[in-house]
Amino acid sequence: MKLVVCVSYVPDTASKINVSLDGKTIEQAGVTYILNPYDEFAIEEALKLKEKFGGEVDIISLGGDKNKESIQKALAMGADNGILLKDDSYRDSVAIAFGLAEEIKTLNADVVLFGKQSVDYDNGIIGQLTAELLGFNCVSVVTKLDITDNKVTAEREIEGGKEIVSTSLPVVITGQKGLNEPRYASLKGIMAAKKKVITEKTPVQFESKVLIDGFTKPASKQAGKIIGTDASAAAELVRLLKDEAKVI
Amino acid sequence: MENKILVFLEQRNGFIKKSSFEIASYASALSQKLNATVEALTIGKEITNLQEVGNYGISKVYFYKNPELELYSSSAYKKIVSNHIKENENNLVLFSNTAMGKELSPLVAVINQGALSVDCTKLDVENDSVKVIRPVYAGKAFMTAELKGNVNVISIRPNTFPANKTSELNSEIIEKYIEDLDLSVRVTEVVKSDSKLDVTEADIIVSGGRGLKAPENFKLVEELSQLLGAATGASRAVVDAGWRPHGEQVGQTGKTVSPNLYIALGISGAIQHLAGMRSSKYIVAINKDKDAPIFQIADYGIVADLFDVVPELINELKKIRGNE
Ligand SMILES: Cc1cc2nc3c(=O)[nH]c(=O)nc-3n(C[C@H](O)[C@H](O)[C@H](O)COP(=O)(O)OP(=O)(O)OC[C@H]3O[C@@H](n4cnc5c(N)ncnc54)[C@H](O)[C@@H]3O)c2cc1C
Ligand SMILES: Nc1ncnc2c1ncn2[C@@H]1O[C@H](COP(=O)(O)O)[C@@H](O)[C@H]1O
Repeated sequence: MKLVVCVSYVPDTASKINVSLDGKTIEQAGVTYILNPYDEFAIEEALKLKEKFGGEVDIISLGGDKNKESIQKALAMGADNGILLKDDSYRDSVAIAFGLAEEIKTLNADVVLFGKQSVDYDNGIIGQLTAELLGFNCVSVVTKLDITDNKVTAEREIEGGKEIVSTSLPVVITGQKGLNEPRYASLKGIMAAKKKVITEKTPVQFESKVLIDGFTKPASKQAGKIIGTDASAAAELVRLLKDEAKVI
Repeated sequence: MENKILVFLEQRNGFIKKSSFEIASYASALSQKLNATVEALTIGKEITNLQEVGNYGISKVYFYKNPELELYSSSAYKKIVSNHIKENENNLVLFSNTAMGKELSPLVAVINQGALSVDCTKLDVENDSVKVIRPVYAGKAFMTAELKGNVNVISIRPNTFPANKTSELNSEIIEKYIEDLDLSVRVTEVVKSDSKLDVTEADIIVSGGRGLKAPENFKLVEELSQLLGAATGASRAVVDAGWRPHGEQVGQTGKTVSPNLYIALGISGAIQHLAGMRSSKYIVAINKDKDAPIFQIADYGIVADLFDVVPELINELKKIRGNE
């Protein structure tokens, strides 16, 4: 089974995010980058499928040299090959997906896995975009996956419950927490990964139609009032919610 | 350029969702401002409350029907919406950023070679350019962006705009029975979770954290939720501990919510928790540590033991409920 996982490289969720003075970019000082947390679910699921069906796991990331760190981590977890589609310029999500899809077309993939969302721009769309560009079936925000022969059954999270989705290979899935417990890279895995080559390629160009104007910080919320320090404050709270905030 | 807006109305169990009425209401206000046309589209088997769309200012609704379309099928739905866009030359297509909208909008954007921006909290059209604002980095910043597609596909964060019943329009409903469905990806079953109301759909959320001390104490949280007609939420600490199901988790790796009222009980307010709820309109925190970060963003705080305050709060609410 040919398995492909697309991974991104994003600020650690605990990073403080500051906007540059001109409002055009996010300050990079003090921001540490990591493999996108949701992509770990995708990598783990690919490794499990490989254990079950045999085959290979390819990792692809589109971006600058730094993205190799994400690829490296996936290789350390047990993936076979890494591909960096090197492009330092801005691409919107469709243009990223286009670059990924053109590469994946050459790989004969059965299952292509993504994280449900990158924790930088919080889009959650590149998996679906890539699926449509490939002409693959697509199930997003997957918490359970079962593949038997050509048949795919997936559970996806929705408001107030889950959907059981039935489809077939080739398929794109985007992984959500619950899908599996991502393994830690073993020391042996980390050493082995150092010997694996990451192939560098130039992704196919595509015009971005979403242009970023800039960033702003949310208006800092005034720390509100402390209305009491014991149970007697409950009555005042109810009054405020009813008469001042008018939310109950 | 003449703007032709299309609103995708999502039905579940034969009812158009509230978040769809929110975007219908927003789109009709926008269309008046732009002097644009606005129409809506929905897909399903039978829909009970379709006529209500008129109350939100939309005069024409296309209803694509087939018993097989009662449950969502991304392959069938994407084709129906995309064909409609082509035939009607829509150039601005709005979805609500729900589980369905989030999956469907990118598929539709690709088929129509359009531009896509999801989870927007503001949308404006000025001199032929579509501008959006959307939260990024888990709400730690906002991005402003411009869309330059011939078709611009946008999804709007639920609970961002009110669903205003401002009109008495009687919508014209155009039913189209369609055959030849592509059901290569289809939902075969929907399983409801145990919690009655989902946090992403609630106007009020009462969430509990590690300060609750033990899983059985969540009956306090549930009692308060029930009195307020609220959904029950949780911090990751208590979800990881197995006290609460993952579906209730609010935050970076859980759900993003923006209810009118968010009540945090025994939650410290870690940055990853705030990421999921900071855009709530009113925030109440009850925590015995006066330095807990949750107080930084709370509108109303009580620094006390929740096991003293919450029962009293329940009593007070029962009193006012009794008087109503
Ligand atoms: C990558 C990543 C993703 C994460 N994603 C999420 C996420 O999605 N959602 C999330 O919530 N967290 C998330 N976290 C975890 C987050 O950092 C915190 O650990 C977590 O939110 C803490 O939960 P808590 O507030 O319930 O517990 P604690 O931080 O332990 O806080 C408990 C609070 O209860 C108070 N308390 C104790 N007893 C009482 C009492 N009797 N009365 C009143 N108050 C009392 C204490 O003063 C304390 O403030 C994530 C972390 C990482 C690293
Ligand atoms: N630059 C990239 N290169 C490879 N994969 C990516 C890239 N950006 C995002 N992805 C994948 O797409 C998923 C969704 O990303 P997004 O739509 O940006 O939130 C991520 O979890 C990754 O699996």
